[in-house]
Amino acid sequence: MNAPIGEIILDAQHLSMRFGGLVAVDDLSFAAKRGKITAIIGPNGAGKTTVFNCITGFYQPSEGLIRIVHMDGKEFLLERLPDFRIAARARVARTFQNIRLFAGMTALENLLVAQHNRLMVASGFTLLGIFGWPGYLRAQRAAIEKARFWLDRVGLSNRADDLAGALPYGAQRRLEIARAMCSDPVLLCLDEPAAGLNPREASELNKLLDAIRAESEASILLIEHHMGVVMEISDHVVVLDYGRKIAEGPPAQIRDDAKVIAAYLGVEEEEVAR
Amino acid sequence: MAVPTKPATSPRSAKLDVAGALKDAGLTAFVAFGLFSLMLGLRTETGSTGRLEIFPRPGLLATAVAAVFAGRLMIALIARSRVAADIGRSLQAMTPEFKKLDRFATPVLLSLVLLTPVLLYSEHYLLAGILVLAYILFRWGLAPALLALALLLPILFYSNRYLLDLGILVLTYIMLGWGLNIVVGLAGLLDLGYVAFYAVGAYAYALLAQNFGLSFWICLPLAGILAAFWGVMLGFPVLRLRGDYLAIVTLAFGEIIRIVIVNWQSLTNGPNGISGIPRPSFFGLPFNDSEEGFAAHFGLEFNPVHRIIFLFYLILALALLTNFVTLRLRRLPIGRAWEALREDEIACRSLGINTTNTKLTAFAMGAMFGGFAGSFFATRQGFISPESFVFMESALVLAIVVLGGMGSQLGVAIAAVVMIGGFEFFRQFEQFRMLVFGIAMVSIMVWRPRGLIATRMPSVFLQEKKIIPADIIDEARQ
Repeated sequence: MNAPIGEIILDAQHLSMRFGGLVAVDDLSFAAKRGKITAIIGPNGAGKTTVFNCITGFYQPSEGLIRIVHMDGKEFLLERLPDFRIAARARVARTFQNIRLFAGMTALENLLVAQHNRLMVASGFTLLGIFGWPGYLRAQRAAIEKARFWLDRVGLSNRADDLAGALPYGAQRRLEIARAMCSDPVLLCLDEPAAGLNPREASELNKLLDAIRAESEASILLIEHHMGVVMEISDHVVVLDYGRKIAEGPPAQIRDDAKVIAAYLGVEEEEVAR
Repeated sequence: MAVPTKPATSPRSAKLDVAGALKDAGLTAFVAFGLFSLMLGLRTETGSTGRLEIFPRPGLLATAVAAVFAGRLMIALIARSRVAADIGRSLQAMTPEFKKLDRFATPVLLSLVLLTPVLLYSEHYLLAGILVLAYILFRWGLAPALLALALLLPILFYSNRYLLDLGILVLTYIMLGWGLNIVVGLAGLLDLGYVAFYAVGAYAYALLAQNFGLSFWICLPLAGILAAFWGVMLGFPVLRLRGDYLAIVTLAFGEIIRIVIVNWQSLTNGPNGISGIPRPSFFGLPFNDSEEGFAAHFGLEFNPVHRIIFLFYLILALALLTNFVTLRLRRLPIGRAWEALREDEIACRSLGINTTNTKLTAFAMGAMFGGFAGSFFATRQGFISPESFVFMESALVLAIVVLGGMGSQLGVAIAAVVMIGGFEFFRQFEQFRMLVFGIAMVSIMVWRPRGLIATRMPSVFLQEKKIIPADIIDEARQ
């Protein structure tokens, strides 16, 4: 917690998540900074996705608080908001470890669903839209333009009218990121975006995430196993093992951290003083 | 990150090979001519002189060969267009093909249309109507032809009260199917108790009209609002349920409404039902032979069929309203949210969609149209009782939606025509009716598990407007 408060976008304090007797996340505190890429890494079952589910409201944490600070100083306590409000008001968007696109809808439709709340207001909660209200048609054109922009960014503009579920795996991953970005997030949570990508696709993903960090107001929180991605693009790495934070710092420092190496590779017990 | 793509259109899209089919049919007709020329074309009879004489029968021969030609042409067309594999796709594929055919068919079709006034003048109304419908079918496709058929039916069969009544029944089920399609087809919420909203609408109209003397046009929106209210009431407890569990609870809800109606004697008159429900009037003009009646006002001779025709157009207008609203809603954010909800509820929530409200609006919209249909049912029958709102009705409407193809408006309409019309058609085989009906349903489910028309038209396009074939949707969902 040594970062200046103004720079912090996400601040999790003493976060715990228990399922019955199982402690998935144990007294975890960490912060993510605005305009940076923060990675959460750790071996399988370390509780990374549970942390994500707590942040995005799919789980109610057993203890702790999660605070998000917008650019204009507005603050939201995420543990008190239902999941869809976290996305709509606190503007936290996420992707999923196992891709969750609307498979039977086209790529373009997926990106329009992500802009639902704005379009809903523009359509007068359907009452005006049903009569073809010009304000709604304008809003829809703007929404399509925004979708087109993100489709271009992820290299899918020529597949806009194809079903999302019919796209190749790597394209689906990118479309999911584009969909999350269409909801105008301040914090983009990516759950293993490089899983199942080949090296070329992984390096393209790096470029995309770099571009998002540089050009949009979204900061990125990332769970990843792919160390190439993590070490290359993240500014700050948090390492979890058995629900606890075992290390935190810039990637170069994490790479040489004995505890991290121990957690991943396992070592003789006396070598690492826990 | 450009990804090389192949053309997105389906490689298996059906093309109708008319020339090949014609050639095939011609060849078959030639063989038939060879075979039949001796067997049918010539007849030996004892002539006037007592000797055997040969009588040529060119008419019969021509008929037989023409029948073979037509039959073979149809089979060949079906085989070439893979109708057996995909009737919905081929119906869509046929339309542009017939348009291409138009180059030389236009004069023919045009002359048919020019022939129509002649037929009308010589009072061959039915033939003229069929010609017009055939023209619309080939020129614009199935949906406009069905609409034209519905519009023309009371004119063509003015005196056929049975057919008009059947038409009203079919249209009622089309409307119910379209209403349920919002809940089941778009939002993906399996509702087995849809008849409850039909009942709420019917009883709302009956009770409001009888107790407060309100007219049909005031009661109709009230009945819709009440049904929508009960839709929301049903929606609340089932918000967290999906699939089988949702189906069971909605089934129970349908029964609860019916049992309440049976037992609430003081309000609903229980199992005896409500009789003497006011009939609709033509904007204040009643359909009777009084001085102020519809017929007298317009200087027509009184005929009870006027009311039937009015009811027919009334339910047609209501059904078209349902269709129009559904098609509009599909292109609005709420409609896309319904479809997204059907695809993945968790992803919806991660995008900030309030799934509670979205589900409740789906239930409310579906229920509202069920309520409209219910009021229409009450005013048409003049008598309602709980017997009309049993589970079988829910099952029938759901079967129409599922067989037609969930989410497809045209499919639902075809399924309603086939099922309700089929019910009537097989009425003479009383004992086997349900058997035939069951076999038909099973075979459709085996043959086309996603319903008659399982294609989907995306609600919005970037590059080109195209229908997504059923098999691509299936693959995408896997």
